[in-house]
Amino acid sequence: MNHLIILIPIALGLGLLGLAGFWWSLSSGQYDDLDGAAARILEEESDLDP
Amino acid sequence: MNRCNTNSVEQNFLLNANIQHQSTYDKVREEELRNGSHQQDDRYLQTVFIVPSMHCVSCITSIEKTLLQLPHVEKARANLSTRRVSVEWDTSKGNGLDIAASLEDLGFPHSLYIGDDLLSNTMLETGKQLLLSLAVAGFAAANIMLLSVSVWSGADAETARFFHLISGLIAVPAVAYAGRPFFKSALHALSAGRLNMDVPISLAVLLALAMSIFESIVGGGEAYFDAAVMLLFFLLIGRYLDHMMREKARSSVQSLVQLTAKGGAVVDENGSLFFVPQSEIIEGMILRVMAGERFPVDAMIIKGTTEIDRSFVTGESESVRATTGDRFEAGVLNLVGSVDVVATSDAENSFLSEIMKMMNAAENGRGQYVRVAERMASIYAPVVHLLALFTFIGWMVISNGDWKTSLYAAISVLIITCPCALGLAVPVVHVIGANRLFKAGILMRDGSAFERLAEIDTIGFDKTGTLTKGSPKIVQTWNLKEKDKGLLVALAAQSSHPLSRAINQQIAATSTVEIQNSQEIPGYGIEAKYKGKKIRLGIPQWVNEISGVKSKLNQQATTAFTMEGQQSIGFQMEDDLRDDVVETISHLKTKKLEIEMLSGDKTEAVAKLAATIGVKFYAGMKPKDKIDRLSELTNQGHKILMVGDGLNDAPALTAAHVSMAPSSASEIGRQAADFVFTRPSLLAIPFTHTIAKRTENLIRQNFGLAIAYNVIAVPLAMIGYVTPLVAALAMSASSIVVVANSMRLNFGEECFPNTDMTLIKEQG
Repeated sequence: MNHLIILIPIALGLGLLGLAGFWWSLSSGQYDDLDGAAARILEEESDLDP
Repeated sequence: MNRCNTNSVEQNFLLNANIQHQSTYDKVREEELRNGSHQQDDRYLQTVFIVPSMHCVSCITSIEKTLLQLPHVEKARANLSTRRVSVEWDTSKGNGLDIAASLEDLGFPHSLYIGDDLLSNTMLETGKQLLLSLAVAGFAAANIMLLSVSVWSGADAETARFFHLISGLIAVPAVAYAGRPFFKSALHALSAGRLNMDVPISLAVLLALAMSIFESIVGGGEAYFDAAVMLLFFLLIGRYLDHMMREKARSSVQSLVQLTAKGGAVVDENGSLFFVPQSEIIEGMILRVMAGERFPVDAMIIKGTTEIDRSFVTGESESVRATTGDRFEAGVLNLVGSVDVVATSDAENSFLSEIMKMMNAAENGRGQYVRVAERMASIYAPVVHLLALFTFIGWMVISNGDWKTSLYAAISVLIITCPCALGLAVPVVHVIGANRLFKAGILMRDGSAFERLAEIDTIGFDKTGTLTKGSPKIVQTWNLKEKDKGLLVALAAQSSHPLSRAINQQIAATSTVEIQNSQEIPGYGIEAKYKGKKIRLGIPQWVNEISGVKSKLNQQATTAFTMEGQQSIGFQMEDDLRDDVVETISHLKTKKLEIEMLSGDKTEAVAKLAATIGVKFYAGMKPKDKIDRLSELTNQGHKILMVGDGLNDAPALTAAHVSMAPSSASEIGRQAADFVFTRPSLLAIPFTHTIAKRTENLIRQNFGLAIAYNVIAVPLAMIGYVTPLVAALAMSASSIVVVANSMRLNFGEECFPNTDMTLIKEQG
C-alpha cells in the first residue's frame, strides 16, 4: 500500500507531462503544416528557420 | 530532387500579361497588393500568397531562401498543407510587387490570398480545441483505465475506494474540459426544443459521473468513471476526424488559383490610375482593364478595341470583338488590348452578384437535406431516453422503490446504448472515402456530399469546359506545307488569343524566322511584316484580302494564314473532347443513370456532341434555364448530379442535389461544387460515384453492427448485468469492429486509370 503513495503520483505526473508536451507542441504551431513537416525532414540543411 | 517548374501556359499568359504593363499600372497593382495584406505594425505588412504548384521540399526551400534574400523581406514561411506562402516585409524598404516578381521568376504562379480570415481562423481554432480535448480525454481514459484494471483484478475494498477517489479527481476536470463540445451542442438542441445525439451522450456522461462520485464518497458500489471518460474519448475521435476532413477539403478547394478580379484600376480626371477594391466600385466610374484581366463589374467600353472571352458567362469558347459602346458582364476576360470602360453597375448588382444571389437562393433550398447521422439520431435519441426511463420505472416496481439500484440500471442503459460505435460509424467511413478520392485527385467539400451522391439517378452535364476541354484543337488543315510552318508559328507566338495559342502548341515546328511590326487587330487576327511582305493569321475573309490566288479556301476553314500574294492556308479548329468522355458516359449508363447535357452553347455544336456520345441535350440555356430544368427533374422525383465548370453553371451546381466541377472551372463554379476533380479524365465521375455507393453501404453496415450490439447489450443492461467492466469491454469492442469494417473501403478493385499528373501539376 505504501509504495502506491509514491507510484501513483509518479504515473500521473508522467501522464500530465505528456499532456503538457502535447499542449505545447499544438500551441507552438507544430500541427499547422503536417505535409510541410514531412517534406522538410528531407532537406539537408537544418537551419531553415528564419 | 527536381526543381518544380510547373506553371501552365495559361497561367503564365495571364500573369505575364498582368506584370508586363507600364509603370503607372504597377503602382495600381502595388496598391492592390498592399490592400490585401495585413498590417503588422507601422512598417511591416504580412502578405499571403497562394502558390498552388508548390508541392515538394525543394519548392519550399527555394521559395523561402529566395524571398529572404530580398532586402525588405523579414520573414518568409511556406505552408505545404495549405499551399500558401506568408511573407512579412518592410514597406519602407521595398515593394510588394518585387516579392510577387521573385515568386514569378522561380516559376511559381501565384495569387494574392485575401482570405476571410475570421472563418478560417475559427475553423483552425475549433480543430485545435478538439485535438486538445481529445488529448485530455485520452490522458484521463488511459490513467483511469489503469486504476480500474487494478480494481477489477481484485483490489481490497480500501484500495478500491482510494483508486476510485483518484479516478474521480482525474475524471471530473477531464469531463468538464473534454465534454464541452457535446454539452454545448446538447444545450443548443434542447433550447431549440429538439433532441440530438449529444443529449443522451451528455446525460449519460454527467449521470454516470455524478453517480460514481456519490458511490466513491459513501464507499462501496462500483464506479463508472472509466466508461464516462472513454465514451468521450471515442466520440471525440469521430468529431475530430469529421472536422479534419472538412477543413482539408475547404482549404484545398480554396487553394486553387483564383482568377476573378478583386478590384479594378480607376482612371481619375487627371488620367492617373489608382486601385479600388471591387466592393467600392460604383456606377459611372471609369476603369482601365488591361489585357489578361477580367472585368470587375458590368461595364461599357468607352475607349479602345479588344477581344473579349465570354466563356466565363456563356460557356462558348470563341471570343468576340469588342469596341467603344459594347457592354459586357462582370467576370469576362479581356484578351488583347487595354480598354477604358465605364461601370454600368455597382459591385452589388453586377452580373456576378446576380449569379451569387441565384446561388444563395438555391443553397437555401438544399439546406433542408438531413444527414444520415442526424436522421439516425432523431430516431435513436428518443428511443434511448424512453428505454432508460422504462428501465428506471421497471426497477422501481420490481425492487420496491430501491432508487439506487434503479438509477444504476438506468445509467447503465444510457452508457451502453451510447453510440460510441454510432459516433464513429459515419466519420471514419467518410474520412477513408475522402482519402481515397484525394489520392485520385478528387477533392470533397463536405461529408454529406457522399450521402447525396449515393442517391442520384440523373446526371446533368455542361458542355464547354466539362465534356470538352474548352481549348480549341486543329482538326483539319488545307494547303499547309512544311516550309510555311516556321513562319506560321512565329506569327502565332505573337498573340495570346486562344486560337493562336492552339496553333503555336499544335503545329510542331521550331521557328527561327524573324518578323516585324506584329500587330493584333481585334476581331480579325494578327498581322505582321516578314521580309517586307504582310503576313496575316486570322478569320478567312480578312486573310484572303491579301492572298494572291483568288481564294478557293474550303468553307469549313475557320482560321486562315497567308503571306501577301500567296495562297491561303486554312485550318478547321474545334473544341476537343475531354479525356475518356465516351468511356465515362457508357460507364455511367451501365449504372442505370439518366444523362442529360445542359449547355449554353449553340444548338448545332451541342447536337453534334450529343450525337457522338448518345445523350439527351438542351442547348442555348441561360443559368436560369438550367435551374428550371433541374427543378423540373427534382419535382419528378429525380435526384440530380450536376457536372459543370463555368460561372453560368454555378447556380445549377448549387441547385442540384450534388455537384462536381473540374479544377479548371471558374472560381465560383469550384466553390459551388461538392466535388472538384483535378485530373483531366472524366472517369473521376463514375469513380466518385462508386466510392460514394460503397461508403453508403459501409455506413449502413456500421449502423447494423452498432444496432446488433445494442440488441444484445441493452437487455443485459436493463436486467442490471452490466458492470463497469462489461461496459468498458462492450464499448471498445463495438468501436473496434466498426472501425475495422470501415477500413475495408481501402480495399476494392474500383478502377481509376492511373492518369498522369499533368493537370494536377498545372492546377496545383
